[in-house]
Amino acid sequence: MTTSEDTPVLQPGHTYNSITEQISNIPLTRVRKISRGWWVGAFLAFLGTMLLFYAITYLFIQGVGIWGINVPVGWGFAIVNFVWWIGIGHAGTLISAILLLFRQEWRTSINRFAEAMTLFAVANASLFPILHLGRPWLFYYLIPYPNTLGLWPQFRSPLAWDLFAILTYLTVSLLFWFMGLVPDLATMRDRATNKWIRLIYGILALGWRNSARHWHHYQSVYLLMAALATPLVVSVHSIVSVDFAYGVIPGWHSTIFPLYFVAGAVFSGFAMVLTLMIPLRKALHMEDFITARHLDNMAKIMLSVGLVVAYGYMMENFWGWFGDNPYERAITIDRYVGAYAPLYWGLLFCNVIAPQILWFKKVRTNGPILFVIALLVNIGMWLERFIIVVQSLSKDFLPSSWHLFTPTIWDIATFAGTIGLFLMLVFLFVRVLPAISIFELRELVHHKSAESAGTETAKNTVAD
Amino acid sequence: MTTDNKSQEQLDLAALRKRLASQHGKNYWRSLNELAETEEFSEIVKREFPRQAQFLEEFSRRDFLKVLGASLALAGLAACSPREIGKILPYSTAPEDLIPGKPLYFASAMPKDGYGLGVLVRSEMGRPIKVDGNPRHPVSQGTSDMFMQASILDLYDPDRAKNITAQGTVKTWDDFSAALAAQSGPNLRILTGTVSSPSLADEIQAVLAKFPQAKWHQYSPLSLTRGALTQVFDQPVSVQYHFDKASVILSLDSDFLFREPGSLRYSQDFGIRRNPSESNGSMNRLYVVESSLTLTGSNADHRLAVRSADVETFARALAVRMGIQTGAPADKMPGLDWIEPLADDLLSAKGSSLVIAGERQPAIVHAIAHAINQALGAVGNTVVYTDPVESNPIDQLASLRDLSQDLDQGIVDTLLILEGNPAYTAPADLDFPGLIQKAKMSVYLGLHADETAALTTWHIPAAHYLEMWGDLRSYEGTTSIVQPLIEPLYGGKSSLEVLAILLGQKDAKGYDLVQKYWQNRLKESNFEVVWKQTLRDGFIFDIGLFPQPIAPQVNSSVLASVQQSLASDVLEITFEPDPTIWDGQYTNNAWLQELPKPLTKLTWDNAALVSPKIAQSLALNDGDIIQIKLGERSLEAPIYVQPGQAENSLAISLGYGRKQGGKVLEGTGFNAYSIRTSSAPWFAGDVQISKTGKTYQLATTRDHQSMEGRDLIRETSLAEYLQNPNFAQDSPDEQHSLYAPVNYPGHAWGMSINLGSCIGCNACVLACQAENNIPTVGKDQVSRSREMHWLRIDRYFQGSLDAPSVAFEPVPCMHCEQAPCEPVCPVGATAHNAEGINEMTYNRCVGTRYCSNNCPYKVRRFNFLKYEDDTTPSLKAMRNPDVSVRMRGVMEKCTYCIQRINAARIQAEVSGNPIKDGDVRTACQQACPTQAIVFGDLNDTSSQVRKLKDSPLTYALLGELGTKPRTTYLARVTNPNLKIKDQA
Repeated sequence: MTTSEDTPVLQPGHTYNSITEQISNIPLTRVRKISRGWWVGAFLAFLGTMLLFYAITYLFIQGVGIWGINVPVGWGFAIVNFVWWIGIGHAGTLISAILLLFRQEWRTSINRFAEAMTLFAVANASLFPILHLGRPWLFYYLIPYPNTLGLWPQFRSPLAWDLFAILTYLTVSLLFWFMGLVPDLATMRDRATNKWIRLIYGILALGWRNSARHWHHYQSVYLLMAALATPLVVSVHSIVSVDFAYGVIPGWHSTIFPLYFVAGAVFSGFAMVLTLMIPLRKALHMEDFITARHLDNMAKIMLSVGLVVAYGYMMENFWGWFGDNPYERAITIDRYVGAYAPLYWGLLFCNVIAPQILWFKKVRTNGPILFVIALLVNIGMWLERFIIVVQSLSKDFLPSSWHLFTPTIWDIATFAGTIGLFLMLVFLFVRVLPAISIFELRELVHHKSAESAGTETAKNTVAD
Repeated sequence: MTTDNKSQEQLDLAALRKRLASQHGKNYWRSLNELAETEEFSEIVKREFPRQAQFLEEFSRRDFLKVLGASLALAGLAACSPREIGKILPYSTAPEDLIPGKPLYFASAMPKDGYGLGVLVRSEMGRPIKVDGNPRHPVSQGTSDMFMQASILDLYDPDRAKNITAQGTVKTWDDFSAALAAQSGPNLRILTGTVSSPSLADEIQAVLAKFPQAKWHQYSPLSLTRGALTQVFDQPVSVQYHFDKASVILSLDSDFLFREPGSLRYSQDFGIRRNPSESNGSMNRLYVVESSLTLTGSNADHRLAVRSADVETFARALAVRMGIQTGAPADKMPGLDWIEPLADDLLSAKGSSLVIAGERQPAIVHAIAHAINQALGAVGNTVVYTDPVESNPIDQLASLRDLSQDLDQGIVDTLLILEGNPAYTAPADLDFPGLIQKAKMSVYLGLHADETAALTTWHIPAAHYLEMWGDLRSYEGTTSIVQPLIEPLYGGKSSLEVLAILLGQKDAKGYDLVQKYWQNRLKESNFEVVWKQTLRDGFIFDIGLFPQPIAPQVNSSVLASVQQSLASDVLEITFEPDPTIWDGQYTNNAWLQELPKPLTKLTWDNAALVSPKIAQSLALNDGDIIQIKLGERSLEAPIYVQPGQAENSLAISLGYGRKQGGKVLEGTGFNAYSIRTSSAPWFAGDVQISKTGKTYQLATTRDHQSMEGRDLIRETSLAEYLQNPNFAQDSPDEQHSLYAPVNYPGHAWGMSINLGSCIGCNACVLACQAENNIPTVGKDQVSRSREMHWLRIDRYFQGSLDAPSVAFEPVPCMHCEQAPCEPVCPVGATAHNAEGINEMTYNRCVGTRYCSNNCPYKVRRFNFLKYEDDTTPSLKAMRNPDVSVRMRGVMEKCTYCIQRINAARIQAEVSGNPIKDGDVRTACQQACPTQAIVFGDLNDTSSQVRKLKDSPLTYALLGELGTKPRTTYLARVTNPNLKIKDQA
């Protein structure tokens, strides 16, 4: 999927300067000139964030009983949301690290944004393991710290692994993202006219002077970081899936989970990137940098990992029927016809049926349709996690303990609140930082011109 | 303190005395002026305060500590002060035998509908905290029922009445005794429940002798057969059944495992005959004919669901077959094909078979049952007749009618109601609440300010049985002394003390009254010795006190009566005691309210139970409210579809829908007494039901009724068991493990639960609740499936909806050796100990609930919210000090009563003797009437549990998961009659 495409990765006609100006002007817009659309959107997101804080405060006062969880369904929205957000947080690293290693140049216009989204999603996700605790003020019991009791976390428990996996992922993602920002922060510093803004960007730019030496070190560290981050794309969601696969509960106890979860994570991550990117490139007039080519490529990845996810569903059903385990079979039948059946069929539609339309190139390059499909995949992936977590728990071994889960207003408020917080962070991000990597696009311009100038031997020098 | 003598008004000393007497608790008064609340006194206090403030400022640190120490000491003294102020003694002369931290046990007796149950009460530092059966008492034999276990909560119920009141104003005991002595005119009426207490009966007789126009009435809403039984034999008779000797049992609408005065003993005797592996393959066989599915019916080998009105038809048909002179049945009914094989079975077990008729059946059914018993040679073997155990056996319905008549005519001067809440329980047609107010003076002695208390002129708080002296007889005549474990918490009085006023002994103490009575009665020279022995044992061992066996004859005229039958398509309604809150006396008991009813698994409510067919034909679902019209009365109640309910029969339990008497009972259930009349107290035909379109949320602990074809309860018939005793065993090659088995060199605790003898009575569930400080969570939380019972009883239906068979399975923590809960806990809060117990460390738990998710048995319970009540003072006193109270956000579960294991371990270390089998008994095991639960050391080759584990009936629940549970089950064996074909 490299050269035969007609649509370029960067619309022609851009120079180093035009790129720098168009991207860096957005964060440097004066407050009074910020568009009304941003204010409205940010305000709504702010309300959502406040809803989250309100729900969390009430949760800490009353306890997790304000949610709909019960015995047997001890995990509800909190864990569903956790897995969902973590999954979404997979696109960034994949795009930045793996595609970098594979030298996919189209990644340059979307990696910054995807990484930011990853960070925000993981930050949201990492709230839930603490919120869902019965005694959240004792969360540090999960951390191995030397204490007078001589007590350690139990390393046999996947929840203990979870902690490390998430913290590692959060740290590496943050570092990777920040490293990618440094040259651009220097550009912002140089272009800022306000003293204070220059100071802040200056501090963050860590003294970047654009010297060849800097670039030399930078490129090798960035590549190294990418290599380090790559395994994390696989490890985090594998470990999250082990939370379930480790259990004896029918619907959980399955060896396919790691593969199936990682594919699901990439699936949902790409869907979320598309969901946010399609409206944003319109709003920020970035069609030149994020072209139909990007949409096309992202849609292709979504389609292919979607097929892996579909394979996961197929195998789950296969073993449900042919595994000769009456409990697995019962849970499989319950998925078809039980109380949560509409959700199951809904997820199959969203995750398996709907993405098949992406086989058509016209669809892949059509922003609005792609947006709808991506949104459906987001919903479908949430439903999938709901089915895995809740439906499996609601009907386990002894019929005497079966009970359904019904969300309460607080479950919904917390979920809506995290979406609010996520959007709030996205709004702030596009306001204060360059949403697209300036220096990498400039590099792209350089490559392009080198390509075209290769035969003419004319060298176009562009002053910075 | 200065006293101002000049210009002071004369204090009204009489008024002051009164105010003092009406105050409760610790009230220190500084002077008469303070008491009188005069202005001068407030002035002095105001003037005094600045001086004190100054004094405080001058405090050095040392002075401050001194004062602090002194005030702490004073606070300590004040905290333990009883109501009466006596000498203060240092604790160096501690009460005999009292070692702080070690419980003391006292024998007493618990009243249940007038009869006594021998109990042994555990007391921790002067606080009774648990009630169990008295092992020496012939009725309880150390076991208990749910009411016994729950009675401790009644004692500490914060909603109990705390003041003597006269029409709402607080009065004193002196006020009351003066009023009663002054106003009791000649037409005194005493209303009690059933009385078996010899001393109370004696005192009532003394009152009756002193007031010749006085009358004694009795009414308790559930003991109304006395009239029918007296009719059958022409004389008052007590009947005792010996189920331990009975091989073939027919119950005609009798729920003898639950609602007879002797049910606790009957359950034990029935249970030991359900265990073929222990008794060389012999076991009893139970036939039950009944309308609504009861505990007894669910334990039947053959159960016929017919309307209560049709039981008579069945009984007559059987009587005809047995050659008894009686009128033939008036019509045909399904199930008559049973008669032939049933009669053969009864006759083949002559001398060891019995027929028992239910409380709610009319005289004719009782007559037939007793006639058949005589024909079967059961009398003297399995059925014994004696002199009545009650002190004054009368037809209570007739007695209440007499009283109503007298009240209606306005001739009653004083009505003395000694417990029982008749304003709520009396038949609706008598309008008893209205009649109470026609008495010139009415007095009610009751635990709560309930419906009756609201109507009487006086309400005296009653003493709980753990607070008073008295005596009681059990259903078979054993006489027990009721002794208090604690001073009355709220100044309650016993019936004996109230009646003593009428005899001119206003301040007589219960102790003196009871002791004096027995001193006169026993006429022992060494009475002191006998008395002490009695208090220690819990009952009086005197052969002369037991009722004498008699051989009454069945009145043939009753047998000859002609049947008034009910057309077969007519819908009947039956009234029954509620499976957990009984007749309404326990409605304010949260433990019983939250205890799932054995068959419906409903909590906090009653419902109209309808058969699946009726529900289908009227398109009714659980929780749909129907209007029940019976005569001119009607009641709206939600329905609950009960498998096994007779088709044209509607059952509703009594005791709910109360309006007054506590906070717990508010808004629970529907009052069936409002349509229960004295002409049809048990069942009535021609009831009309109609849909109202409204619905009501019922909270059950079960959403799913069937076993889904899973191998959860292993069961077979006796015949098949004898052919293949190993039917319950898994094939031997099913258990594989990569790991070497763990060695448990010391003790290895384990439990065995016999599904064959478990009758589903719920005693274990409440015993566990009382022992382990388990909180109640309320209806809303139960409906969210968050009940906290560590031990639950799973109930499964098998077979058709209309005639299902029922199986009970108590499920505590399995203490799996390979416990799925343990490796998943991220903080290691649940782990195995060296003796194989799966332990829960509350302090370490952060509440991820992962363990509960991963528990295949779902026996873990989570404190989703703050469930423990740490603010109500009286409930704090009730807690077991050996068991931690859990906070919100913490997981908890069955610990195998580890506090008892540890107590035994300490005892063993102190004495140097190792723990023997039987030294550690879990609370559930101790309570179980049928000994279905056995706990012990698996490493002890002679222990009972080891033997049971080696039985071929032993199997592990979900054993195929490889969890290696320490709690295992003994498969259930039933004993169906092969000649009877099961109903489809």
